[in-house]
Amino acid sequence: MEYFVQQLVNGLTLGSIYGMIAIGYTMVYGIIGMINFAHGDIFMLGGFAALIVFLALTSLFAGIPVVLALLIMMIVAMIMASLWNWTIERVAYRPLRGSFRLAPLITAIGMSIALSNFIQVTQGPRNKPIPPLVSSVYNIAGISISLKQIIIILITAILLSVFWYIVHRTPLGRAQRATEQDRKMAALLGIDVDRTISVTFIMGAALAAVAGTMYLMYYGVVVFTDGFIPGVKAFTAAVLGGIGSLPGAVLGGLLIGLIESLWSAYFTIDYKDVATFSILAIVLIFKPSGILGRPEVEKV
Amino acid sequence: MKKVLLSAVAFSAMAAFGGYAQAEILIGVGGPLTGPNAAFGAQLQKGAEQAAADINAAGGINGEQIKIVLGDDVSDPKQGISVANKFAADGVKFVIGHFNSGVSIPASEVYAESGILEITPAATNPKFTERGLWNTFRTCGRDDQQGGVAGKYLAEKFKDAKIAVIHDKTPYGQGLADETKKAMNAAGVKEVLYEGVNTGDKDFSALIAKMKQSGVSIIYWGGLHTEAGLIIRQAADQGLKATLVSGDGIVSNELASIAGDAVAGTLNTFGPDPTLRPENKELVEKFKAAGFNPEAYTLYSYAALQSIAEAAKAAGSLEAEKVAEAMKAKGPFKTVLGDMSFDAKGDPKLPGYVMYEWKKGPDGKYSYFQQM
Repeated sequence: MEYFVQQLVNGLTLGSIYGMIAIGYTMVYGIIGMINFAHGDIFMLGGFAALIVFLALTSLFAGIPVVLALLIMMIVAMIMASLWNWTIERVAYRPLRGSFRLAPLITAIGMSIALSNFIQVTQGPRNKPIPPLVSSVYNIAGISISLKQIIIILITAILLSVFWYIVHRTPLGRAQRATEQDRKMAALLGIDVDRTISVTFIMGAALAAVAGTMYLMYYGVVVFTDGFIPGVKAFTAAVLGGIGSLPGAVLGGLLIGLIESLWSAYFTIDYKDVATFSILAIVLIFKPSGILGRPEVEKV
Repeated sequence: MKKVLLSAVAFSAMAAFGGYAQAEILIGVGGPLTGPNAAFGAQLQKGAEQAAADINAAGGINGEQIKIVLGDDVSDPKQGISVANKFAADGVKFVIGHFNSGVSIPASEVYAESGILEITPAATNPKFTERGLWNTFRTCGRDDQQGGVAGKYLAEKFKDAKIAVIHDKTPYGQGLADETKKAMNAAGVKEVLYEGVNTGDKDFSALIAKMKQSGVSIIYWGGLHTEAGLIIRQAADQGLKATLVSGDGIVSNELASIAGDAVAGTLNTFGPDPTLRPENKELVEKFKAAGFNPEAYTLYSYAALQSIAEAAKAAGSLEAEKVAEAMKAKGPFKTVLGDMSFDAKGDPKLPGYVMYEWKKGPDGKYSYFQQM
């Protein structure tokens, strides 16, 4: 039983990180129906921004409180990642809006490769480690939960609520939902569609940067290829949860995290990814729009 | 702009064809000079360059001066093939390299067709010398030998411990883990867990909880330093007190920077450290004076060039085929690794592998030290 709960905690932490990245995929897909493949690399870039801020902070102000350092890392990473994602949208996606469906998909893959190679060249191809920032571990009834895991799960819960509130209760969110439903009609009603889409990219990037910072704090290492695997898993999470749905993205992330760790716990780890993606396929056969996704209604 | 481009083309053409005009013998050094394994590539390069300088100062090989030509394979088999073709086009007759088994094996086919002798200081996969090619040699040991040493060590020292065997599903990692498992099982010790993980994964928390559950205290790892470092770090995080034992894939100081303080006590097999040999004291100082620490494969690369030079002397020829025959038949040759002789496959007859332990060195940084 303790073993089961322990693996549950591990899975929830991993799933939270996937979920945070998945929100970015799902928001962008929801609003312009496009998969932003560069999103995983924005997440990696956020991790690198946090790493650079951390190195600068510790060399300039030795002995800075960890909470403050983490907060500054997170904020700078959010700003950097948002700037990047905004620029990408502006130069690579916006000019192609209205062209055939595959065009932005190809530029997205191109941007993903460009970003990871850019980081490889400028930051070097090696793993960049940081010393452990948060090291407290609590032992409750035989289960060890680290402070890092609690932070990650809490931050995911808070950010999901904040973003849900923005999308469902603010004028910005109303504009986003209107753009999602019918871009032309929204524009006729006075919504600045381009601006709304840009803001969506910025929001997604900010979340990816938080995930990147958490990833750096949790694993202590970041490398230029890190955008790929978490990116693919997060995209899977978004599809599993129902692409376009915010709670669905987080739910999908948690599910994938849990499947991975529980499969590893009771079966052979070699087949972990086989299991994860088989479950994805089975879910999609019975619920083609994902767990929380609404079936696409043909607009007339 | 056009002018700049033209002159650049002209310059590279000159650089490419310049080789033909030389009366010297060209020796290629192929390895990952850039990319994630660049540190190892530098060891191959510096070792060979120093050996060339020393041999040239003593009169060269059969009176001819050595010129080193570099080729960067970035640890990529496809790049390795193009490096091999470039060497063949440049008229190189001997190649020191490559670093990775996965690169050395396909490249050796190109070398065999082009009449080039290849001697690797680092590729340990048995297949490299097992395919009956005339031109493949190595100055390092083999994974079956390495796994045998590791398996025996585990069975002797940790007889009653619970051992997990984990690998990264690559030919090197799984190959080494399987050889170790085989030797360990033959000595009567059975592992409690055998698992493969993905390279590039960052999260090993589920694996660690699993090992904790089975009471594992020794982890045998077949793979490279990145995942090893993460496993050590996350095991310490989750309060799993286990010692990681691994092979030559983790001998990089990057392991210590990823794993942090928890790296202390980690063990790995590796060839005997040639820098500890009293005969090499002067040479080690020479490297250090030039600002390079001749660790890991540096002297293995140095010895590779020495073996070629000695065998060429014994053969009285600079023909690659004749040198290859002499290398197999006319040993032992005096090298920095000791007296080297090669068997009919091209594997060295050397003491093989010894255990290293990671601890704090005199400079306060973690590194690996040969167990006495």
